[in-house]
This record gives sequence, structure tokens and C-alpha cells, in this order.
Amino acid sequence: MKRRSFLAASAAATLPIACRRKPEFPFQGALVGPDLPMGHWLRGGAFPDPERFEPVSVLVVGGGVAGLSAAWRLVGAGLDDVRVLELEPEPGGTSRSGRNHVSAFPWAAHYLPVPDRGNHAVLRLLDECGVLEGFDAKGDPRFAEEATVRAPEERLFAHGQWWEGLYLRAGASAEDERQYHAFFQEVDRWAAFRDAKGRPAFSIPRSRCSDAPEARALDGLSFAAWLDARGFSSPRLRWLLDYACRDDYGSRLDTTSAWAGLFYFAARKQGPGEDSRPLLTWPQGNGFLIEHLRQACGTRLNCGVMATAIRQEKDGLLVTAWDAVAQRRIGWRAKHVIFAGPQHVAKHVIDGFAAARPAAARIHNAPWMVANLTLRARPQEPTFPPAWDNVLRDSEALGYVVATHQSLHDYGPTVWTWYRPFTGPDCEAERARLRALDWPACARMVMDDLRPAHPDLEGLVARLDVMRWGHAMVRPAPGLIWDPDFLALSRPFGAIHFAHTELSGFALFEEAQDHGLRAAEEVLAGLGHPTSSWR
Amino acid sequence: MNADRMSSVANSFSEPASPQPTLKAPLLFISVLLIASCGLIYELVAGTLSSYLLGDSVTQFSTVIGVYLSAMGLGSWLSKFLQRGLARRFVDLELAVALVGGCSAPILFQAFAHTHAFRVVLYGVVMAVGTLVGLEIPILMRILKDQVRFKDLIASVLTLDYVGALFASILFPLLFMPKLGLVRTSLLFGLLNASVGLWSTYLLQSQLGPTRLIRLRCLAVMALLAVGLGFAGKFTLAMEEEIFADEIVYAKDSAYQRIVLTRGRGSFQLFLNGNLQFSSADEYRYHEALVHPAFGLRPDAKRVLICGGGDGLAVREVLKHPSVQEIVLVDLDPAMTDMARRQPMVRQLNGASLDDPRVKIINADAMVWLQETSGPPFDMAYVDFPDPNTYALGKLYTARFYRLLQRRLTDDAMITVQSTSPLMARQSFWCIAATMEAAGLKVRPYHLAVPSFGVWGFALASRRDFDVPTRVLPGLRHLSDEATAAMFAFPKDMDRVPTEVNRLDNQVLVHLYAREWRRWS
Repeated sequence: MKRRSFLAASAAATLPIACRRKPEFPFQGALVGPDLPMGHWLRGGAFPDPERFEPVSVLVVGGGVAGLSAAWRLVGAGLDDVRVLELEPEPGGTSRSGRNHVSAFPWAAHYLPVPDRGNHAVLRLLDECGVLEGFDAKGDPRFAEEATVRAPEERLFAHGQWWEGLYLRAGASAEDERQYHAFFQEVDRWAAFRDAKGRPAFSIPRSRCSDAPEARALDGLSFAAWLDARGFSSPRLRWLLDYACRDDYGSRLDTTSAWAGLFYFAARKQGPGEDSRPLLTWPQGNGFLIEHLRQACGTRLNCGVMATAIRQEKDGLLVTAWDAVAQRRIGWRAKHVIFAGPQHVAKHVIDGFAAARPAAARIHNAPWMVANLTLRARPQEPTFPPAWDNVLRDSEALGYVVATHQSLHDYGPTVWTWYRPFTGPDCEAERARLRALDWPACARMVMDDLRPAHPDLEGLVARLDVMRWGHAMVRPAPGLIWDPDFLALSRPFGAIHFAHTELSGFALFEEAQDHGLRAAEEVLAGLGHPTSSWR
Repeated sequence: MNADRMSSVANSFSEPASPQPTLKAPLLFISVLLIASCGLIYELVAGTLSSYLLGDSVTQFSTVIGVYLSAMGLGSWLSKFLQRGLARRFVDLELAVALVGGCSAPILFQAFAHTHAFRVVLYGVVMAVGTLVGLEIPILMRILKDQVRFKDLIASVLTLDYVGALFASILFPLLFMPKLGLVRTSLLFGLLNASVGLWSTYLLQSQLGPTRLIRLRCLAVMALLAVGLGFAGKFTLAMEEEIFADEIVYAKDSAYQRIVLTRGRGSFQLFLNGNLQFSSADEYRYHEALVHPAFGLRPDAKRVLICGGGDGLAVREVLKHPSVQEIVLVDLDPAMTDMARRQPMVRQLNGASLDDPRVKIINADAMVWLQETSGPPFDMAYVDFPDPNTYALGKLYTARFYRLLQRRLTDDAMITVQSTSPLMARQSFWCIAATMEAAGLKVRPYHLAVPSFGVWGFALASRRDFDVPTRVLPGLRHLSDEATAAMFAFPKDMDRVPTEVNRLDNQVLVHLYAREWRRWS
């Protein structure tokens, strides 16, 4: 009896060892920010006031592209009394980047189309960053060779091999080719469009776009419906356009406004019949630009600080915040607040906002998963050589960008940034799905996705880190972009000004920057600060 | 399985009991001749291969012969432990020699290219073949001992053994090496060994019992070797031997490229990824033209940068200038610079230039090195990369590269860039010049004939205006003052054509180059 119970006990003791499975992957990794619990803590409501409210002229809530750009503008106007609060430990929002012993790498946004000569704000920023080299004889800007995406830019994996470019020409029928050219003729037609005031239908940022009825009408239907109506049925063409929607908007042909679908192509044309503008990129993606904006902000940027409540009082705006670093409650009394966070956060933070601005509920953000794979060495590549952007045709994901492509390291270890938007029609359901994924499930998703193109990848991965973005990109659903109530969300709410790419209806660096500058210039005007626009 | 063992036991019991008067002794003597030739061929293959790959042929041949002979001794000694079923053992032995000996050259080449333990594999293979070969003759003699008088037996066997060796030693250098190469020679003699095995099943039929299975085995081994021989074209090395036309004497897959050295027709050649880098017959023309014109304009240059050029041949030319105090050679591949320092033929050709105390070797991607490091400026730079046939090479010919390069040079430094053939790839050649101009350089291209390449071109450049050099170091093999000045004149079919500038974001040169060279291949 005794002996038997001893045996049973020792069996029980060894059980956990026996059950400890061999790790599923020969590499390690982790789920990294954004700080979901801290963000969601906001919804708990009811925070007591801090002991004192520090006076400040302008408080910028949110240290993403919009918030940093607003601060950049304010500081550029000579206004010193500015504070920027960022909830995450690092600024940048969806332009954040990381760095390890191999390379810097993006955590989300990773390129900027070359701006045209009329996009003064982006040109100013690129000039400050040393990327703008000057202007050519025609007056068009010239950019540093090392910042322009290095060739080959894109390749596509299909039929078991890699092909140059994103549009699969191999095996295309005459009808496929005809539709491809017809679509881009349509794009050219829109690129050439000018309204009575001489404004183009599509330009970046969208504040330069025409609001002529014929252009706005495009927002009334989905991109899929627009394509159907014109007989664009080629599967190759539709794959390319669907890819563009997933890539830039986190949505599909049938959940994207036709206006946004055409904007993607027409706004990037150098001119009718010409190529799309080249792209600017850096190993850390748009983190390069963030680094510059962060330096411009200097010590005015406070990271790890979450604004929990903003309310209007007689003598200014009272802002309550939680300093996660010092673990204490702090407060500011601001003349103006630039709220540079998303609208779904505004309703939890700004007193009276939810009731006053119901249109905010029309904004839906697609969740994204981004993985950074650190590779010890590169896989064998028998077909078209590695490009900057490497896309798998038969995949829900968008492929991967090679961080070392731009830094010219062609041999040895590298970092790949893999992107997957969750494009199902219900963002809330997609978000719940993403939230439920633990690290092994995420890693499995990444490896399963890449295996067809790189069967030998698993042994080369040293580390795989995953970022789950709950609200990565606003979706330009049909009817949103030109909706007057939606557009009115950009207007100030008392002395609170709004800046976020969401307010454009789609997520682009240039849009975030434009809203940041607009909000900052509203504030400068409100403070009676003489200035001319940077926009 | 069981039945097989039974029959073998039965067979071995029957052997001593019934000596076979029907054995075809004279025909078996022919087997001696053949196996003797095979045995010597394997020895020669191993000796040749190791002296090609490791250099120092005296040491290699001595050690290979020593190990081989002692292994034969071991085999002979071991033969006494084989007591029963000698005929069957002999056939098996032939098949084993056929396999190990026949595959020895491919095994050794692969071991050299893919492992770090080449010597272990080399002496292992030599030991194995030697031991097996050492077993052959004693066993054959024991099979024949009841047929032939001892004194006749020993005389005939040893005579034929030595005659076979003579055949092999004469035919190997005159016929097999030049016509077949090492891999095919070893496979062919493996096949011969296996056929001796098969043939023996007929000669020794009376001693063998059921022979069907044994013959099948012979046929299987022969088929295997024949496939190896027939499909040699699919086999990398054999395929390379076809491409290169000459004997491969060195082959290595480094982390970056495949390095192959071939020898034939009185010279040797270096190939990187199948592209000829130099032939020892005329490389002096190329390297004199690369190095000396720039020195004609800056005879006092002290610090010299060489990007690429891991073969050490450009360094050899630079070292002829007494003003030179330091040479920094930036070459991607440590396997390349190591080979240039250690491989005896290459080391002899470059005059051990890479071991000169003035030379500092940096194994790095030159563009990344220029981008990420800094240091005192150079007053001379040579850019000697392989032609731009991949994007990774194409970046080394971009405006960005030439800008990065200038950051590391003095204001009046001279730059010389190897820039492919102005005749065969005219647009590519002028694209390189145009790209250097776009990077702010004054460029004066020049060309000469390098028979193994064709008409070849370079671009001489500097930030400051300069005149064509008219003086070179005296005592060179090709260049004289007159010949130097003449290189800068371009005949009509190679004269300047307008091209785009090669930039990182367009890599036009890679496309141009591929299109132009396609016409010549």
C-alpha cells in the first residue's frame, strides 16, 4: 500500500516533466506593445483629480505622427510652452520602429510616396531630415538616392516562384492585359481631372482634393461596385486592387469606397500617363521621420503618460493624466488642447464628447498583426531575387518588407517585417479574434503563411516578435469620406482641437501630419500668434 | 536471408574439398592487369586532387602514396582472416573497390567544397581504397593457388600487377586527365572494377554456387556508376568541368559565391559564380592597365584603397610603386582572400602580395564598409568588382557608391573603376562613366585588349580636372608610355552613347548589362 502510493506520487511528480512538450518552434519571441490593458483601463472611468494642475499653453494628447507634427509646428512657430503626452513608452503611434543587433525595423508604417512640389509640409520635413536634395529644372523635388526605395522594389510569389513586380504578367490573357491598361487609363483620367478652382480630384493630403460633385460621387459606392460597373472582372487586376485596399486601408474591394480605391492610384501619379511616384523608405520605416519629430519636440514629450480626462472649466481646460512611469496622478491646466488620439478614445476622455459627436461612432479601425522576424541568414532564393517588398499572392497577409534592403546589407542576418490586416467586415469581431491569439498562435500564423515561399525559413529564424494593433487603420468605407458629419469631426470642440489621420478617413503619414499642422495652426491663430501656414 | 546464409556456408565447405580444375587461369590474370590499373588510378586521382586543392604537390603525393601503400599492406595482412568463400569475397571486394574508388573524386571534391575536414576525408578515402585494393591480389592468388604452380603464379601475378600500373601511370596524365577529368576518370575506373567483378562471376562460376543474386548486385553497382558517369552533366563539378573546359583544381562554395580555379593549356583561371575573373595567361594586361595609369598622374600616392580585387593581383601591381605606404583591400569574401594567400598557384601569381606588411585586408561589403566606417583619407582608389550581373553587384556601380567613395578620398585622389567591355556592353560601359559623372567626378575612360576577356574598359576619374596620363612605371610587361596614352582613344564602335544614370532606386545598369551580354552568350 505504502509502496503503491509512493509510486503513484512519483508518477504524479514526473507527469509535468513528461507532459512538457518540446517547444513548437526552434526560436523565441514575444508579444510586444501596444499597452492593451493600460489603454482599456481608460474605460473604467471615474478617476480622482490630481493634487495640482500645472499651467501650460498647449497640451498635445497623443505622440503619434499627428501629435508630434502639431508640436513640431508649434515649436517651429516659436511657441515653447507645449507638452506632448504619449501613453506608450515610445512615441510614433503606427509609425513606431524598433532596433536590434541586426538592424532597425518598422513596427507598422514603412514608406512615404515622394511628395509632389505642392506638398509643402512633407517637403519641409524631408528637407529638415536631409532627404530633400534640391529641385530639378522643372521645379520638381529631388531626393537622396539612399532614401529612395532601392531596386528591386517588389516581387510576387505565385505558382511556386517569385516574379518581379506586384502584377503577375506571366500567363496573363489578352483580356487581362486589356483590362489592366483600361483601369490605368481610368486612373490617368482621374489624375488629370481639375475642378473649376483648378484643384485635382486626388492629391495628398486630401485637404488639397477637389470636392466637386463628380469626384465626391465616387464615395457613394464600393470599389467592387465601381469595378463591376465598368466590367473590370480580370482576376489578376482585381487581386492587385484588392491587395492595394488591404495594404493601405485594411479593407477589401467591397468594403472600400471607390473614391478611396482610386485615390490610392491617382493621388500617387506624377502626372497622367506617368509612373507612380517613387517611394521613400528607411530601414526603420517611417520611424526615421518620427526620430526627427521627436528631436524637434525635445523634452516637451512625456512618454508613458495617459490622459484620462479632459474637461472645460472657466479658466481653461483641466487635463488629468496617469504617469505610468512615476505611478502617480498628474494634471494640467491648458489654454488649448490638441487631441491627437483616435476618436474612440476621445469619447472616454473628453467630457461631453460622446453626446455631442455621434458621428465619431462611424469610424471603424481595422486591426493588424505585425511580426518582426530576425533571421540568422537568408533563405535560398533560386528565382527572382529578394526585393524590398515581398508579397505572397495566395495569402491573407501582405507579405514582408526586408529591413536591410535599404541599408544595403545584402548578406548575413536580416530582419523581415510581416504584415497582416484583419479585413473581415466586422472590425469588432476581428479585434476579438486578434486579441485571443497568444504568441505561439501568432508565430504559427506567420510561419504557415511564409512556408510556401520559404520552406527552409524555420531554421533561419532567430527571433519572432509580434505586435497586435487593435486599431491600426481607419477603413474608408463607402460614404464615410465625404460625409458632412464625419468631416465636422475635424472642427474644434471648444478649445479642444483634433488631429489624427482618422479624420481623413484613411491612414497615411501625410494625412496625420496635415491634421497635426491644421490643429496647431488653429491653436496659433487662437493664441493670436502671427504665422503663415506650413500646409 | 536465412537461405542465403545456408548456401554461403555450404559453398564455403565445398571449396577446399573440391579444387576446381576448370578455372580459367589465364583469363583471371587479365583481371590482375585490370585491377592493378584501377588501383593505381585511384591513388593518382587522390594524389592529383589533393595537390590541386591543397597545393604543395610533393607533400600531397608523398602522403597519399604513403597512406595508400600502408593501407594496401593492411589489406594484405587482413586477407588472412578471410578463409571461406574466397571467390564470393573477391567479387564483393571488386564491387566495394568499384564504389569507394569510383566515387573517390566526387566525394573528395564535395568534401573540399562543403566540409572543413577535407584532410580527414582524403586520408579516410585513401585508406579505405588502399585497404580494399590490398586485399585483392592475395585473395586472387589464393583462388589461383591450386591451379598454377607457386613460382609461376607469383611471377605472373606480380608481372601483370606492375604492367597494369605502368599502363595506368602512362594513360592517366596523357589520356584520362585531359579528356575526362578527375571525376569521370575515377567513375570510369570504378565501372571497370565492377565489370571485373561481374566477369569474375563467370570465371569463378564453379566456386560461387548460385550467381544470380551476385550478378544482380554487380549490375546494380555498374548501373550506379554508369548513371554517375552518364549524368555527370547534372553533377555540379562535372558540369563545371564542361563549362570551364579545363580541369577544376579548386572549388569552394563560400557564404557569398562559388570560387573555382581551373587549369589547362599552360595557364590557370579564376571563376566566381561561373564568371571568369582572370586567366594567368593575360591578367598582367588587365592589372597593369587597372593600376598604373592612375599612378602616372599621382606618382606620390601613399594610401591606396582597393575595393574588390581579393585575388591580390591589383595589390601586386600597386606594390611596385615605392611611394605606397599602406594598402587597404576591402573584399567581401574571406574565402577569396584566404585562397589568394594560400593556394600555391594564385599565391605565386600575386607574388604573395596579400602578405605584404603594407596590406590590410578587410572582409566586408565595400559599400556597407564605406557607408558605416570612417578613417583617414586615401589618395588612390581602385574599384575592381565583378561585372554588375546581380542587384547586389549593381549597387556597387551606383552614383551613391561613387559618392560614398569620394567621402573617403583626398580632394585630388584618383579613382579607377573596372567597367566591363566597351565593345560587348557598350551602353553598360558608358552608363558607368555617366554615373560617375553624376556623382560629381571628371571621368576619362580607357580600354585595352585582354584576350581572355575581349576588349576591356576602365574609367579613370577624379574630382578635379586632369589630363590623360602619358607616363607609366618602366619595366612593365604590357604598358609603355605610348601604349598608356593610346588606351584613352575610343574607336567609333565603342564611342560614347547616351545612357541613364545608375541609381540605387533604378539599377538600370543590371538590366542594360543583362541585355547586352545576352547577345554574346
